[in-house]
Amino acid sequence: MTALDLSPADAPPSGLAAERVAKSFGSVQALQGVTLHFPSGQVTALMGENGAGKSTLLRILTGDHRPSEGRVLLDGTPLDLASPIDARRAGIRIIPQEPEIIPHVSVAENVYVGSLPRRSGRRLDRAELRRRITADLARLGFDKVLDPDLLGSELTAAQRQLVEILRALTGEVQTRAIAFDEPTSSLSEHEVEALFALIGRLRDQGIAVIYVSHRMKEIFRLADRIAVLRDGALSGVLQAAETDERELVRLMVGRDMSSLFVRQDVATDEVVLDVRGLTTDDVHDVSLQVRAGEVVALAGLIGAGRSELALALAGDAPIRSGEIRLGGRLLRLRSPKDAIRAGLGLAPEERKAQALFLQRTIRDNTSLVSLDRLSRWRFVRRRDERALAQEYTDRLRVRAPSIEAEARTLSGGNQQKVVLARWLARRPQLLILDEPTRGVDIGAKAEIYQIIADLARAGSAVLVISSELPEVLGLADRVVVMQNGRVTGELGRAQASEEAVLALAMTDDLAGAPRTEPDTPTGVSR
Amino acid sequence: MTTGTASTTEQPHAQPEPGRTAGLGTLLGSVGGQNLSLVGALAVVLVLFGSLNGNYLSWENIQVIAEAVTIAGLLAVVQTVVIICGGLDISVGSQAGLASVVSAMAFTSTGSSALLGIGAAVLVGGAVGLLNGIVIIYGRVNPTIATLAGLAAYKGVAQLVSAGRAQGYVLNDPLFIFLSRGKIAGLPTMVWILILVAVGVHVLLKYTDIGRNIYAIGGNDTAARLAGINLNKYLVSVYALTGTVAAVAGVLLTARTGSGQPVSGSEGLELQSITAAALGGCALKGGKGGVGGTLLAVALLGALQNGLTIQGINSFWQNVAQGLLLVGAVVIQQRRNRERAIGLPA
Repeated sequence: MTALDLSPADAPPSGLAAERVAKSFGSVQALQGVTLHFPSGQVTALMGENGAGKSTLLRILTGDHRPSEGRVLLDGTPLDLASPIDARRAGIRIIPQEPEIIPHVSVAENVYVGSLPRRSGRRLDRAELRRRITADLARLGFDKVLDPDLLGSELTAAQRQLVEILRALTGEVQTRAIAFDEPTSSLSEHEVEALFALIGRLRDQGIAVIYVSHRMKEIFRLADRIAVLRDGALSGVLQAAETDERELVRLMVGRDMSSLFVRQDVATDEVVLDVRGLTTDDVHDVSLQVRAGEVVALAGLIGAGRSELALALAGDAPIRSGEIRLGGRLLRLRSPKDAIRAGLGLAPEERKAQALFLQRTIRDNTSLVSLDRLSRWRFVRRRDERALAQEYTDRLRVRAPSIEAEARTLSGGNQQKVVLARWLARRPQLLILDEPTRGVDIGAKAEIYQIIADLARAGSAVLVISSELPEVLGLADRVVVMQNGRVTGELGRAQASEEAVLALAMTDDLAGAPRTEPDTPTGVSR
Repeated sequence: MTTGTASTTEQPHAQPEPGRTAGLGTLLGSVGGQNLSLVGALAVVLVLFGSLNGNYLSWENIQVIAEAVTIAGLLAVVQTVVIICGGLDISVGSQAGLASVVSAMAFTSTGSSALLGIGAAVLVGGAVGLLNGIVIIYGRVNPTIATLAGLAAYKGVAQLVSAGRAQGYVLNDPLFIFLSRGKIAGLPTMVWILILVAVGVHVLLKYTDIGRNIYAIGGNDTAARLAGINLNKYLVSVYALTGTVAAVAGVLLTARTGSGQPVSGSEGLELQSITAAALGGCALKGGKGGVGGTLLAVALLGALQNGLTIQGINSFWQNVAQGLLLVGAVVIQQRRNRERAIGLPA
């Protein structure tokens, strides 16, 4: 039905549309002949694996890229977008994941940057600025959530997005279409709720909303229509009410999701990691154990302190009190080096920022933490190094022309595999994987799950941090749940369900309320 | 040393002419594809000035060029290491000047002991470099600012201890004469020192875990830290190494001019060293670059300067040329990175 939306016989359809849009970068065809309509007053979700072409389409719609073929139409009128500024003038806005916020000035100045009210000369008219921001915040219902005097540097991720949204809604041009690029990836649950309410209001105002996300639950909650891209082409457009997750996954990858997880029972009684009463600046009195051959998932909402716990275990955060034992030995961690020497590995949350050397080869990236074993008199034995990198690149099926390919040329999934290869090559007793499948396409996800299962079978202890409940339940022998820097409970495989995990993840919020049925506290559990 | 097999498997495209002699093939292989443009530029310069003046390509003049670039070359080699770490050292010239004064004054006051003079200079250089590192790491001062302060302060110290005048006379000592005018196997001693330091640094960067860690620090310092690399130790050591090598350059300056020079001869060396490193392919954000490219750039700069001098072109133009080259090199680098032209560059 999508292509029909554009049939010339109809009155010009209201909203934003891509018509036979194609884009190639050199020899790579990122998009081919995509015709897709984003109607006014509806939320259209855009889904697809990484590399499916979502970002490219978004960039074309918002003027960041020019299409190689095809055109962009607003309310039936073709647009010629040479830059994001042109798109803004036309009333098309994008809310990026990381909005550009000026750190040293107030929210109000951040919102109106570029068109600040001025008095005679070039002086800032502070009174007028205050009037405007107060009025706009009240009009949009943000007056309770955003203090206009806060400095840019003091804002949370959600507030930064709010500022960007305010910029979009307070400009001189009326916004006709607004695109959200994975907006919830850095938001807490409360913030997500506020964002969803806002998106609902934007829709009711007749704005065409484009919502890019991997998260099925959000999409079913928000979207009216769901468009799925695969390999740069449109693989389907569905009414949200008439489809389900299974169908979407099939459209995205062409196969079912149930076969992704590997079920096995290889956990032993030998405790590898034994944490008692660990307290740092961010986590409080955490005790947990991971045994050889066991996969323990650390679940919780964003901001529960899981990554902070991982960094503390990896020696990157000062420990205030408590004990960490690895293989029975008490660790004194002053730096990540101590943790690595003791036999602990961490594949951190932010692959590109915290783990990868994008300009270096797969070989360099893989051998980095094993150089001490590959060197004699500080000289790296190149043959051994190549053999090691080749072995793990093959074993993890990293798709690359050779181990001399630079990490930046790889896809997200293969980059993650390189990070895993680095740690597997070191053979740690305990491997901590923080969001190992974030931003990874479903094919690579399945492979990473297999790697984790193999690792456990080989007798390693594995601690996985994941925000995706199906992943937590599919992978873990045991689930440890955290909230506000504390462990709020532990569930064996038999007891673990989405509801049980969520109830523990929101223990503090539910305190006081009857503990029986957590009555759909947020969007996540619906 | 690089073996033929190692370099061919890594960079097959870097050997455009496999039919040439094995030595040249290996050389090109280790030079790398990106630096071929530098080789090209160098060839153009040599052919151009060679055709304008018959003496330009004579062995004597080539030795003059080599000697003239030695001091800047030493600084460029260590600047390369600093830049690969993601830092910058614009105080190298002042460090060399200070070391030059110290070497001559220590030589004079120890009753003409060349070894003590050189030793004192190297010690002072190492200490000054260490100070740079400590100010940057523990004082949390941006490297550019910290070494800009060093640029002024070390020059000032050199002027203070020498009262602003050239110090002593060293060319009555056989060791200094050897450094200044001696030859080994037909090549000037100074050039051998540059070769020695360059090969040492190259081996350090490419073949040891220390080098790998240095590239890692410049490429992504957070990831380097989480991979267990002690950033502070490495960065402070690199600045100390820089000071030490700058001191060697200062000693050579003393040997060349015959006396300790607080300012003359060392001023502007920071610009030359940074230009050479940038031209040689060092990414100024760190993580990329190598000694080979830097040395090629040093040779290119030296050949250009010498050619312009031989042609009798006003030396002020040489400054202009150098400024243009530095900016041009960085512009090309940024274009390759496809950085978007919005706001201040990263």
